[in-house]
Amino acid sequence: MPFDFLNPGFGVAALFLAALVAPFVGRKNDRFPATLWALVPGAIFFYFLSGAGPIWGGTTWRDSLTWATELGMDWDLWVSPVGLLLALLVSGIGTLIVIYAAAYLKGSDRLGRFLCYLFLFAGAMLGIAVTENAIVLFVFWELTSIASYLLIGHYHEKLESRKSALDALLITAGGGVALLAGFILLGEITGSYRIGVWVDAADAIRAHPLYTGAFLCVLLGAITKSAQFPFHFWLPGAMAAPAPVSAYLHSATMVKVGIFLLAILHPALGGTSLWHYTLLALGAITMVWGALVAMVQSDLKRLLAFSTVSALGTLTMLLGMEHTLSVKVAMLFFIVHALYKGALFMVAGALEKGTGTREIGQLRGLMRSFPALGIAAVVAAFSMSGLPPFIGFIAKELLYEVKLETPVIGISLLICGIVTNAANVVVALKVGVLPFLGEAPSAEPKSMKPTKIGYWIGPVLLGFGSIAFGVFPDVTLGRPLEAMVAQIAAEEVTIKLKLWHGFNLVLLLSLVTVLSGVGLFLIRKRLSRYSAALREGVGWNGTTIFRSGISGFLFFSGLVTRTIQSGRLHSYLAVLFSVAVAGLVTAWWKSGYTLTLPAKGAIRPDVAILTIVLAAAAVALVRCRRRMASVLILGCIGFGIAGFFALHGAPDLAITQILVETLTLLLFALALYGLPPMREERRAGIPRVPAVVLSVAVGLVFTLLTLKAFDVQVAEPVSLELAAKSLPEAFGKNVVNVILVDFRALDTLGEITVLLIAALGAAAMLGTGRSRFSRERLESSPVLSASARYTAPAMLVFSLYLLLRGHNEPGGGFIGGLVAAMSAVLVHLAHPSVKLRLFRLGAASLMVVGLATAVLSGLPGLLSAAGFLAAQWGPEFPLPAVGKVKIGTPLVFDIGVYLVVAGVVLMLYEAMERNRVRENVEPEPAALP
Amino acid sequence: METLAAILVGTLAACGTLLVLRNGLFRILLGLALLAQAANLLVFTAAGLGRGDTAIIGPDERTLAEGHPDPLAQALVLTAIVISFGVLAFCLVLLKKTRARIGAAGVSGLANTET
Repeated sequence: MPFDFLNPGFGVAALFLAALVAPFVGRKNDRFPATLWALVPGAIFFYFLSGAGPIWGGTTWRDSLTWATELGMDWDLWVSPVGLLLALLVSGIGTLIVIYAAAYLKGSDRLGRFLCYLFLFAGAMLGIAVTENAIVLFVFWELTSIASYLLIGHYHEKLESRKSALDALLITAGGGVALLAGFILLGEITGSYRIGVWVDAADAIRAHPLYTGAFLCVLLGAITKSAQFPFHFWLPGAMAAPAPVSAYLHSATMVKVGIFLLAILHPALGGTSLWHYTLLALGAITMVWGALVAMVQSDLKRLLAFSTVSALGTLTMLLGMEHTLSVKVAMLFFIVHALYKGALFMVAGALEKGTGTREIGQLRGLMRSFPALGIAAVVAAFSMSGLPPFIGFIAKELLYEVKLETPVIGISLLICGIVTNAANVVVALKVGVLPFLGEAPSAEPKSMKPTKIGYWIGPVLLGFGSIAFGVFPDVTLGRPLEAMVAQIAAEEVTIKLKLWHGFNLVLLLSLVTVLSGVGLFLIRKRLSRYSAALREGVGWNGTTIFRSGISGFLFFSGLVTRTIQSGRLHSYLAVLFSVAVAGLVTAWWKSGYTLTLPAKGAIRPDVAILTIVLAAAAVALVRCRRRMASVLILGCIGFGIAGFFALHGAPDLAITQILVETLTLLLFALALYGLPPMREERRAGIPRVPAVVLSVAVGLVFTLLTLKAFDVQVAEPVSLELAAKSLPEAFGKNVVNVILVDFRALDTLGEITVLLIAALGAAAMLGTGRSRFSRERLESSPVLSASARYTAPAMLVFSLYLLLRGHNEPGGGFIGGLVAAMSAVLVHLAHPSVKLRLFRLGAASLMVVGLATAVLSGLPGLLSAAGFLAAQWGPEFPLPAVGKVKIGTPLVFDIGVYLVVAGVVLMLYEAMERNRVRENVEPEPAALP
Repeated sequence: METLAAILVGTLAACGTLLVLRNGLFRILLGLALLAQAANLLVFTAAGLGRGDTAIIGPDERTLAEGHPDPLAQALVLTAIVISFGVLAFCLVLLKKTRARIGAAGVSGLANTET
């Protein structure tokens, strides 16, 4: 089999490759024959044809390309009889369409782009035909929707084009999402995404409680794609596309994949009354409705579109009948329809090019100007009307036969069928015959382009196919249909196709159909008038309902957005706090939390007093109405907490807190310049009572959270292990510092990076440009400048002392860095004209050098098994005053922390100070209106 | 002792929240600072309060003495203190810039800045 030598996946790839290349070939050179592109789908057509024999014989070829096996997503390929038919249609009609499009869009600068989308579409279609894995099939499925969207919107400067394209996309892609859901349900039921597995597990699927859901989801995907009522309206809208697109996507191939999918899934999902009645009802309604509406259209392409809707309805109905014969008819009609409808669409497009109109009333006597088109059109129209000797005749005969064979429902369906086919006769006559009849053309053709071969070769070849299949039905289609029916109905059958069945009831029905069709054709003008009056009377249709639905949806989402996104800061904050409180309370309530107070110890008077003072200060902060006083109270709280830390055995924390509070105070003081009086900002928040309630709730949650923490002991505290390892492995007695620079050094590295980013952000917001006035503000306290001369260097030395001893005693990089920064700030406060420097480095350089040092200190660890930032130790040196210092990468890391912290503080201070000076001297920038 | 500390944590958080919810930008910052203190204290207290010993190994010891405070919580809080300082400074700068853009309109002016 040729599929063994060359995987069908290469066909898909070749088309995608063509889509990539097409826009760039012949772009500059107008004379590049775009017709040559037809070789790509043409080659693929013959490739599939050459492998057709065994497949029609009833074997299914399979292969699998590994992709993501764990997710059940390998590209499982198969060539099944039905898939082969789709592949042949896609590549065969695709070849004719490319030839046609090259003529139709000749000279257009959008031809390259058009071909790109067309090949994208063809590749995706071929993918659907040869993919067995449902998830991969879904990807191709949605890709066809996207390609269809791009192609319908080809004339994107037209509003209606864009709207129609969007309608089609929303409906088909939306249906695709439902399809995915259906596939996933089926995958859950069977544990596989291979359609073949589903077919084998058919009984389990049908008995499963999820069957109904899976079936409905798959159905939704199929009927949106195949334009079944009530989703049919996107298809007439899609006629805004150029004619090649209408002929290819919207009659022959894409709209058929819904049917294709139902067909290949029938053995897995079919055979239930749900399948039976749903498909029958949907199909019958769509069939009759489409045909009736088509009959009264005056626009060539809209007429064809509605008749396509009707044909798709027929196919759905046939699959719903669940009868071997009906499946056979469905597949036959699948082929027949593609042949005649593709041809008619191409003819319609050619006539539009030739005359500039698609109004049937204005097209007359064109046979003389466009003879080849005329012949093709008449052949297609006769096939559509179901006249012998065309293949359409056989299809219609069988259609009646199958309906006659099913008793009660069959009769009502038969009546539907006769009405539909009569209407089809009218449609066929209006499209295929009327424009070419008559003597004097109403207007001379504007262009003789459609006489060129590119325009008529496609319709003529398709027409020839109709005749060939019609005259030799059994030779050409017998075996393929047998294989397809065997696949779909999952049973062996023998099928005999013949053109002439002799004089019987079916023939009589055919005669009745054709005669009533001709009768309807004679009163067509009156019918059109009635329907126009009816349409006006009703005033809405599927498209308008859908679009008002969409705009209603957009309005609703706008409403929701406006409600939720009020733009008021306090509302957001209130929501945040409420959700946090509600979430925590719910979690507690669900876990059945009971409060157990920790064991009462002796109350330490010092801590008790401190706690009361702190709480009082917090309340005072809320009540305070003056800004500087608020800042001072905040500082008090900070220092109080430092005391709290100190009283509970955390000297490192206490020192850090004190230093940070000092710096915070400084920054706040700098920031106070230029702020409006406090009262201007009042009355901004949410009302008092809800705010107080929410605040108390937050406070309670914090308290409960703290108390709860004493209860929870899920594992041995990790700190015990850290403490045990501290001295023997990390050579440090200050466990806090050891954790920071050794055990959890990577965390610390992240934290100093965050600090650095905060400082950079602040500096960037305030602008890095130097203020012209900074040098002029020279006054400072003489006492300060006199004392700073001695205190600042002493602080710097002290900071190094803190850094070096930090591993064994309170201290370390964070604390040392803060002290070092303060010494530099002190110098600057005393001598404002002196640049802010530490170790001759500016703030930015300090940060960069520090971070680089910290990162570099981690590199030696890479050489060991433990990896980045693993400590490496060297010899130990005694230092005066400090004691013994062990050289190692953690020490280097701590130096990096020291530098970054110092740099961050300096940068923040510098930015605030520069901004203050500028505001002090320059007028404040005008407020936005 | 721990219960008292837990109540202190709650008080700080409640006051911080009230400041954030009721007032203009400047006092929102004060509230944020207070909330940060409350959070630090929460972590510190939740790990268990020591009896005055430090998380430093004694001169002749091999590991921390029994009943020592939790060094890991201390390490966490230490970096948290420094980071909340950085964030607070960042917010202060943000406040200054916001003031310059929206003028005296205060918080209610923030809704109209997305142009």
